[in-house]
Amino acid sequence: MQHYVNRGGSSSEGSAVSLSAFAYVYSELVQYHQGRAASISELERRLESAGYGVGLKVLELVAYRTKETKRETRLMSILHFVSSSVWKALFGKSADSLERSIDHADEFMIVDYEPITSTFVSVPPDLGQLSADAYVSGIIAGVLDGAGFSARVTAHSVNVEEGEYAKPQGGNVVTGLPARKDKAVFLVKFSQEVLARDAALER
Amino acid sequence: MSSPILFVIVGKNEPLFEAEIDTYTGTTGGNDLSTRQNYFVLHSALDLVEKSAWTTNSMYLRVVDKVNHQQVSTFLTAGNIKFMLLHGGKGEEVVRSFFNEVYGYYVKLSMNPFYKYDTPITSLAFENRVRAAARSYLS
Repeated sequence: MQHYVNRGGSSSEGSAVSLSAFAYVYSELVQYHQGRAASISELERRLESAGYGVGLKVLELVAYRTKETKRETRLMSILHFVSSSVWKALFGKSADSLERSIDHADEFMIVDYEPITSTFVSVPPDLGQLSADAYVSGIIAGVLDGAGFSARVTAHSVNVEEGEYAKPQGGNVVTGLPARKDKAVFLVKFSQEVLARDAALER
Repeated sequence: MSSPILFVIVGKNEPLFEAEIDTYTGTTGGNDLSTRQNYFVLHSALDLVEKSAWTTNSMYLRVVDKVNHQQVSTFLTAGNIKFMLLHGGKGEEVVRSFFNEVYGYYVKLSMNPFYKYDTPITSLAFENRVRAAARSYLS
């Protein structure tokens, strides 16, 4: 039993956790909060704040493991960091896409076709628009806030268009479930001061 | 006789960790007046750190301020936590290695689910490691 300071910082020591273990623990977490929340938005807020602390720690850990001497100071680079490095560390693959909103200059979208937080979740009709991926939007918000880019992040389930999947419609390789009809879109809305600072750095 | 070294970790609002290291004996020491003065010098350098934080994307910021015969060197983590060292002219490489080692301990500390980001660090193991690193790199 080693003291944590003596263990190596690398990720090679027993890093893979089974999907089922995560799904069980996560479902307990959701049920815990569901029992204590009075409304849909309160449940989402609780999941987001649960993920926020994780995001702060993930930021330090992933930055330490990938590139030990550089921090992100620009908006686009922190978004790339989140959608590739953080996603790879957490879910084993990059996010499926990173888009910029046409209508609003301060909004960006990170898309994941198979988010593991909602793979095994079915939302009953009386909970309407609830997204169980609120935990992941909390993680994203934690990473961005820690790095100094405060943002409001929300998770949405959006129906997948016909033929939108880049890979053949074989369904989910890991779980053997058929391909999902909705993808998770994480909407990231940066605060005004972050945009102003980034614009000033542009010059 | 060697000048005391002051190492402070500063979060977004407040200092999270302080260690005054007298490299000669490796323990805390020094009289009160110089201690207070050292803290003042270090904290006044924070403005300069803030200014240069967004213009460079490297973590090690080198010497940000020089007062009398003392220098302030800074290291910024990915989460914008500032490690600041007040020293009497140690070499760049030595200070950089010290910061990298403390950074490793800080990341391991962050992995503790009971440690909340941006709160004072009370872990004795962390303090001992920092002092040991200071003794090996900075004396």
